[in-house]
Amino acid sequence: MIQVEHLSKRFGDKTAVDDISFRVDEGEILGFLGPNGAGKSTTMRILTGFLPATSGTARVAGYDVFTDSLNVRKQIGYLPENVPLYLDMRVNEYLTFRAQLKGVPRKDRRARIQEALEKCGVVEVQNQIVGTLSKGYRQRVGLADTMVHNPRILILDEPTIGLDPNQIRQVRSLIKELGKKHTILLSTHILPEVEMICGRVIIINNGKLVAMDTPGNLTSKLRGGATIHLEAKGPFRQIKAGLEGIPSVLSVKGEDESAAPSGTRTKTHRFVLETDKGRDVREEVFNAFVENKWVLLGMKKEAVTLEEVFHQITTREAEEAAGPLPPAEGPAPKGGIKETVSGLLSRVKSKGSRA
Amino acid sequence: MTNSITIFKREMISYFYSPIAYIVIAVFLLSSGYFFARILALSQQATLMYSLANTQVILSILAPVITMRLLSEEVKSGTIEMLMTAPVTDFEVVFGKFLAALCLYLVMLAPTLLYVVFLGWVGEPDMGPIISSYIGLALMGSMFVSVGLLMSALTRNQIVAGVLGIVTLVILFYLGFAVSGTEGWYVPVLQYVGTYDHWEPFTKGLVDTKDIIYYVSITVLCLFITIRTLESSKWR
Repeated sequence: MIQVEHLSKRFGDKTAVDDISFRVDEGEILGFLGPNGAGKSTTMRILTGFLPATSGTARVAGYDVFTDSLNVRKQIGYLPENVPLYLDMRVNEYLTFRAQLKGVPRKDRRARIQEALEKCGVVEVQNQIVGTLSKGYRQRVGLADTMVHNPRILILDEPTIGLDPNQIRQVRSLIKELGKKHTILLSTHILPEVEMICGRVIIINNGKLVAMDTPGNLTSKLRGGATIHLEAKGPFRQIKAGLEGIPSVLSVKGEDESAAPSGTRTKTHRFVLETDKGRDVREEVFNAFVENKWVLLGMKKEAVTLEEVFHQITTREAEEAAGPLPPAEGPAPKGGIKETVSGLLSRVKSKGSRA
Repeated sequence: MTNSITIFKREMISYFYSPIAYIVIAVFLLSSGYFFARILALSQQATLMYSLANTQVILSILAPVITMRLLSEEVKSGTIEMLMTAPVTDFEVVFGKFLAALCLYLVMLAPTLLYVVFLGWVGEPDMGPIISSYIGLALMGSMFVSVGLLMSALTRNQIVAGVLGIVTLVILFYLGFAVSGTEGWYVPVLQYVGTYDHWEPFTKGLVDTKDIIYYVSITVLCLFITIRTLESSKWR
């Protein structure tokens, strides 16, 4: 649906987007992740034809964004950052104007606007002047505008910024809902958002693409293993030795509570297990407890969050400014970038273990 | 073209939701009504010639006020991004906004038709010069509005756009007077470029192709530069 190849954008001598290649497939929700100023908005503006690229090509729904801009714009619904709206119009007037501009046929217009109003939850403010609406409502009016002509592709630049937690939740579920019928490219710097909504994630930093994968793969590749927290009752040393005996458990840290004065505490020991890549040891831990008749009070597996991935990738970039990543190679961006991602991730990992 | 009409409608809504349309119309009617009444009382002639001749300076000031926010505000508030990522061409946007400003200008002039009715009631006006004057006013208006629109495209500050437009039009107005009485090759050139010499024949009942070409060509030129300015803003 969207193909971006070797896209670069320079403003004077500042490079905002640096040789980015990726693609978005039909029906996909792709998350565009990066710190502020990473080049997310610039990339989106190029895709919508608002800015021309310095070099490289981008195709949206098969049309080139530069030479076929009008056809591209017919296919997309775009929500810019900060949602600029005409503040002096009423909501339904504004949507009527936008629907006309986007070529919604007269006979469908009323129904399309009504549907957009309902889906975005702005029916009750449809007769209000946009300027009197709160940020959350304006955001939703902007979303209603992006979908009013039923475009194949939605490009949303930080759609949940500036909303309160309830509104964020509503907008997220709305985007998920829209994702069933539309291809969506959405940018954000809020990580849980990406984990919740997106099928695939692109991380960009300083204009460069640094990672592209599913949220799950990104987190599991970064550190294959997991951390397991245990609460247990029983003989501390034996339990510790027993846990250390389980294969692929790398380390066991424990707090011995048996020396604690009786009555004040429940004599619960806490253990933290670091485990090796790819294996879930919880079953073996449980069996060990059953065999030895120790008491297991609680067990919790903690996976690496996307937040950590993001942090490690983006800060590592800054640290190693002297030796940047090899750029994604060749005309097959998918394979090339995956290669880069795993290379990067292994480097991140090795760096972590060195430290 | 349908997109131009869509944009035209939106701009008209915007004009009448904001106080600007009412203020501009009120200022114009106050001043033109004053001149009309005073000149009629002094000259005792059933003609609009003298009072309309006077309106040119007022229009030079009011036309840029009408147009000053058209593009500058879009850029400043960021709505230009919404507008230009919709499937519309730069021409359609500029032309729609031009039509809206011209329409407001004509709406502003419309009540002066009552002066004509009044003249017909108190005397026997010669309708020829009156009709030609209104043709001239419309042509002049399209030029003034296009100059104002161009200024609005050049800056993101609407006050600056307004002042630039007023200064440009007032200078063009006085250009003809400034050189009259002097001699040199530049005199006819500046008199041709200035607006006054093209407007005056209309008030006397003369509709000359030379003057029509002047107004139309400047309008087209300004609209063309405006479109180019809008396009080039992407590349900066």
